[in-house]
Amino acid sequence: MRHLLSIDDLGRDGIEEVMALTDSFVEVSNRPIPKVPALRGKTVAWLFYEDSTRTRLSFEAAARRLSADTMNFSVGSSSVKKGESLRDTAQTIQAMGVDAIVVRHGSAGVPWQLTRWLDCAVVNAGDGWHEHPTQALLDCYTLREHFGSLEGRRIAIVGDVKHSRVAGSDVRAFAALGAEVTLVAPPTLLPASLEGWPVQVSHDLDAVLTTTDVAYMLRMQLERQDEALVPSLREFTACFGLTVDRARLLPDHALVMHPGPMNRGIEIAAEVAESTRSVIRQQVSNGVAVRMAVLFLLLGSGRPEPIVTVPEEVAVHG
Amino acid sequence: MAESSLSPVLIAGGEVIDATGRRHADVRIAEGAVVEVGASLAADGAQVLDAAGCIVSPGFVDLHTHLRQPGREEAETIETGSRCAALGGYTAVVAMPNTTPAMDNAGTVREVLELGRTALCEVVASGAITLDRAGTQLAPMAELASLGVRIFTDDGTGVQDDRLMRRALEYASGLGVTLAQHCEVTSLSEGTCMHEGAWSSRLGLPGQPSEAEEIMVMRDIALARLTGARVHFQHLSTAGSVALVRAAKTEGLAVTAEATTHHFTLTDACVAGYDPVFKVHPPLRTDGDVAAVRAGLGDGTIDAIATDHAPHTTEDKERPFDAAPPGMLGLETALALAITELTGDGAGPRLELSDVIALMSWRPAAIAGIDERHGRPITAGEPANLCVFDPTATWVVDPAQSASRSRNTPYAGRILTGRVRHTILAGTPTVIDGAATR
Repeated sequence: MRHLLSIDDLGRDGIEEVMALTDSFVEVSNRPIPKVPALRGKTVAWLFYEDSTRTRLSFEAAARRLSADTMNFSVGSSSVKKGESLRDTAQTIQAMGVDAIVVRHGSAGVPWQLTRWLDCAVVNAGDGWHEHPTQALLDCYTLREHFGSLEGRRIAIVGDVKHSRVAGSDVRAFAALGAEVTLVAPPTLLPASLEGWPVQVSHDLDAVLTTTDVAYMLRMQLERQDEALVPSLREFTACFGLTVDRARLLPDHALVMHPGPMNRGIEIAAEVAESTRSVIRQQVSNGVAVRMAVLFLLLGSGRPEPIVTVPEEVAVHG
Repeated sequence: MAESSLSPVLIAGGEVIDATGRRHADVRIAEGAVVEVGASLAADGAQVLDAAGCIVSPGFVDLHTHLRQPGREEAETIETGSRCAALGGYTAVVAMPNTTPAMDNAGTVREVLELGRTALCEVVASGAITLDRAGTQLAPMAELASLGVRIFTDDGTGVQDDRLMRRALEYASGLGVTLAQHCEVTSLSEGTCMHEGAWSSRLGLPGQPSEAEEIMVMRDIALARLTGARVHFQHLSTAGSVALVRAAKTEGLAVTAEATTHHFTLTDACVAGYDPVFKVHPPLRTDGDVAAVRAGLGDGTIDAIATDHAPHTTEDKERPFDAAPPGMLGLETALALAITELTGDGAGPRLELSDVIALMSWRPAAIAGIDERHGRPITAGEPANLCVFDPTATWVVDPAQSASRSRNTPYAGRILTGRVRHTILAGTPTVIDGAATR
């Protein structure tokens, strides 16, 4: 694998490979000194055209635990503001000697464009409404921790699917692992066409909740209120928010997930987010190990096991 | 130019195709006009252009060219754009008014016409319907018409306001000029960058539905019925639009339509790699739309093949897909695409070469109001605006070889059949053996 742009690049086998490798890195993360020298001498640059504290910090923690050097290209205070092109910016960063660029951009497809101009690895950390593959991988890992396998599990993805790159990657990943995905949203918040999407669609959240294994709540993007997508946030919450009452409809074993950041009281009630069935914090902590696995797959050399299981090296280089 | 136009030219060994039919004949040209058409004419000191195995046709007329001058000379100039046209077999192009400043005033139109005098094809100025193409106030159409403007459009955007469009049609009918509409309802298309459908959803790109185009086609057909004025529909891209225009023609309304080469050769699946070279307005549509456009070309619903030649710099086309400007080059590839895609054994109705020439020559000439000098029959006394092309020669599209200042052809690497060999503008060769003469 040269780049991670889309879940489609991985397929089922690729996702399983990331999962297996993540197991090793979870073990690393639990050590007193959670660091291995696997990517010593490698440099990873962050190129985030959109603000994202959590994803960037998660990648940063992952890179550091692998002993990679990191560089942050801060778009807000840089040459980009002076009109530098995407290509110039990316090639400039590469010229400084980086092995991977982790990119987030508000426009779908930018990671694909970068691969045409760069020799280094490109990791998609979110492109427009399209994909956010490492989020889907950490979601898969979290679900696997709880259910062992996603095969046949029912997952409801609820809310603003249309503008959600998380949903874009989750649908691909969950379906690849054999889950039954149902999108629950008003028609205005669904993609214009679902042709070829391995999903079912419902507009009735209550009905779906009674039989689902997972309620995956998407962030409602508050800035979209002026686009006539829903009459009001109040009505959206009334119909598609995971309220306390509604969460009672879930089977006992069902989990609640959210990619963050949450709008408490809109798509998810604070009490539900904090409830025992919520795995939202686990998603975040698994994110670091999953991103370690991704960076290692792209930049590591040789087989992973010896490198991550030799404690002496950890001590020496940690 | 004046000097060389005096030297006689003999096009020898070709097969003539014009609106009157096809026959093997040599064509002698002198003083800017065809002077003799017949078998085995003697050279008599004329410059002989070999046409063995070639078709000799009236020069092509593009109803839809962006020459970018004035304002965006880094992307194209009237000189470079007209060279592309000549190499594509064109002897006239209608220059779109979305220059900077827009061609909404006599000064800019005069500038374009003046620069066009030394171009490698006739540059026919269009005029904007509204000031600055902003859709709020009519441009001085009578003043522009007095300069020779025969076709008005706000191309790039459609006139959104129903009442203003009605007034524009009524006013235009009094001047005997034609309004050409870029049909796109902006409230449905704003912020979009491709066709809305399976591909846009899969790619996470904001799409515009076919209805953004069709609603305006529908409205303008209604306004044509109301006002009795002529309406020309630019770059039809959807099956629904083709059906609407077909019905309007059956009803007897004075509507005409064009389709671009890319709308009968490419689909929204091309966007899969996020290369903005495939971004265009109206957007590339589905297989079904391509089939409908081809059917429209076959049954006469669509009157003309246009290029919408829209040069953009490489820098602009390397922006993120949703931020890159729409448009693609077209003048140098149009004939070959039409021959390859429409006269072969591909999907849809199979056209004859003469149909293709009609769609590219005398039919657009009539819409542009220049049919007294372009698209003429090839007989003695007619103006010598001609194209000689080899309908069987194959070649590979190489953006680096383009005469344009820009490189944004979506056909890089494609093998095409049909190549322009010579182009003659007002009796003077602008292209000889595939190379521009200047």
